[in-house]
Amino acid sequence: MTAVTGSPAAPASELLAAPQQLRRRRRRKQSVMRWIVIAVVMAFFVIPLLSMLYFSVRFPLSGKWTGQAWSNVIHLGSLAASDPSDYGQLWDGLRNSAVLVVLTVVIMVVLLVPTMTWIRLRVRWLSRLMEFICLLPLTIPAIVLVVGLGPVYRVVSNLLSTNAIWLCFVYVVLVLPFAYRALDAGLGAIDVVTLSEAARSLGAGWATVMWRVVLPNIRSAVVSACFISIALVLGEFTIAELLARNNLQTGIFIVSQTDGQLAVTMSLVALLVVFVLLLVLSLFSGGRRSREGS
Amino acid sequence: MTTQVSPADLPEVGRARGVPVELRALRRSFGDVHALDDMDLKIEPGELVVLLGPSGCGKTTALRVLAGLEDADSGQVLVGGRDVSGVPTNRRDMGMVFQAYSLFPHMTALENVAFGLRLRGQGPAERRKVAGEYLELVGLSAQADRFAHQMSGGQQQRVALARALAIRPQVLLLDEPLSALDAKVRVQLRDEIRRIQLELGITTLFVTHDQEEALAVADRVGVMWQGKIEQIAGPEEMYTRPASPFVAEFIGLSTPLAGTASGETATVLGCRLPLLAGSPTDGPVTVLVRPEALRLLSGSGDAESSPGVPATVLATSFLGANGRAQARLADGTVVTAQMPSSEVSTLQVGDRVVVQLDPVPALAIPR
Repeated sequence: MTAVTGSPAAPASELLAAPQQLRRRRRRKQSVMRWIVIAVVMAFFVIPLLSMLYFSVRFPLSGKWTGQAWSNVIHLGSLAASDPSDYGQLWDGLRNSAVLVVLTVVIMVVLLVPTMTWIRLRVRWLSRLMEFICLLPLTIPAIVLVVGLGPVYRVVSNLLSTNAIWLCFVYVVLVLPFAYRALDAGLGAIDVVTLSEAARSLGAGWATVMWRVVLPNIRSAVVSACFISIALVLGEFTIAELLARNNLQTGIFIVSQTDGQLAVTMSLVALLVVFVLLLVLSLFSGGRRSREGS
Repeated sequence: MTTQVSPADLPEVGRARGVPVELRALRRSFGDVHALDDMDLKIEPGELVVLLGPSGCGKTTALRVLAGLEDADSGQVLVGGRDVSGVPTNRRDMGMVFQAYSLFPHMTALENVAFGLRLRGQGPAERRKVAGEYLELVGLSAQADRFAHQMSGGQQQRVALARALAIRPQVLLLDEPLSALDAKVRVQLRDEIRRIQLELGITTLFVTHDQEEALAVADRVGVMWQGKIEQIAGPEEMYTRPASPFVAEFIGLSTPLAGTASGETATVLGCRLPLLAGSPTDGPVTVLVRPEALRLLSGSGDAESSPGVPATVLATSFLGANGRAQARLADGTVVTAQMPSSEVSTLQVGDRVVVQLDPVPALAIPR
């Protein structure tokens, strides 16, 4: 009130100054909070990774710094030949996981992309059922899945073989919820019906519509579904172990009982691979956006 | 759009005449709703027919059945005399422009136009040349390298038109292509479409719910209602000689006035009007009178001495060269008159006026 009776310029500036100070204080507070949250999250992720790195280069018994574990990872093939029981299992697991990644991604894309597109185009009423089916694996614990899958895989073993690569079928089921969400977001971002009708009216068959019109427009979604699937397959342990199949994680588990350093190094490498894949994904999406947005 | 293309500059293919199109006894139901109910339509080669009607009347369904995007429950679709009812969309040889923007987002304007040409096996150089020609036809050569999101709605629809025409279709289908555009662009592109259609001579079916758009571009307008064509005629005939009360009320404005029919005329507001074919010839009727057939005379002297029915002005509106005025008759009937703005501007709400009727033919329905 005193400002009102003072000089005419004073009240306005004082009235303005107070909220500005408040705003500045609030901004500073928010900034501090932001950095605290970032620091906590980074610590949550980075400390275990740094610990793994530390463990991989410092021999636990002697305390000596060594790059032996990293060298073993690089020369895992020859190491496996000399010690088939432990390192051989890890080598096999690595190769199986590599094949599983490819098979899972291919089956997932071939199965899911056309089905989801078709549902959007022709049978929209099925979309709820599709969503329910795809999200179902999220609600079923792996151990319960294995109980059901046991008899199925006995048949698979008889029909095909006991090779671990046939885990790809169950892995496709496991990646369904994540791949579905990614693809659904991609398909939701474009007018699939109009685009495909436009392409059809121009003379495109369904295969051309999928390959030249739908896929290029959901490329980012497909790539993210693939990378999520890769991450999931590379990290899967429970089902492979309970079905007595060998993959990267079971191999790491076996090696960890005799060579903990190599097991941790291998886990770190797997994490780094996934990290690089996600980085590529974000660069890929960003690059495409800038090409079309310039 | 200022680009003018002479017939000699047109892409080679565009100069071919269109083909006749016929829809015979088409039926299409969605559950209990009959979107098409024994619908018949004939389009002459090179003709532009507009299907007009309220939402849900079946006009878009008819176009989609012709395009092959929708299957008819029964009936035939003949293009160039050949029954294409069972032919899939991609083999029907029809270009289509959609209501929603339908350019492929990952392609440039040129790539969009060249898409159909690629599917027809044309080489890259030929594709670029032809696509460039069609972009020039719609006045968008400068935007050839732009993606859809870098163009305005009007530009996108022009590219979509070029893309539809570039494949040398037998028939051009336009599914409310202007409805997403603002008013000014809509009028420009509407005229553009008509110009190109006339230049190419392509048989065209245009679907819209905008009657002004329909009357402006069509060779013939087909008004649809409840899955059938209620009337199909030239724009002028459609307006001046509506065949049914629905058409009379849907196309333009009309005021229903009580009268008495006697032979081929009716007495309305003390004036004898010739009646259109299909009107009752005897007894009490409701005559549907166009606003331009009504005049409101003001000025105390004129109003008192002129023949006609006294009324009170309720409202006036300015529409440019013309204006409209509403007045209430003594019996409570509200009439709408359209007159030159100079005459409307002399009227004030509450003025006592005299309503006069020009003896132009009108449609009557039994009362």
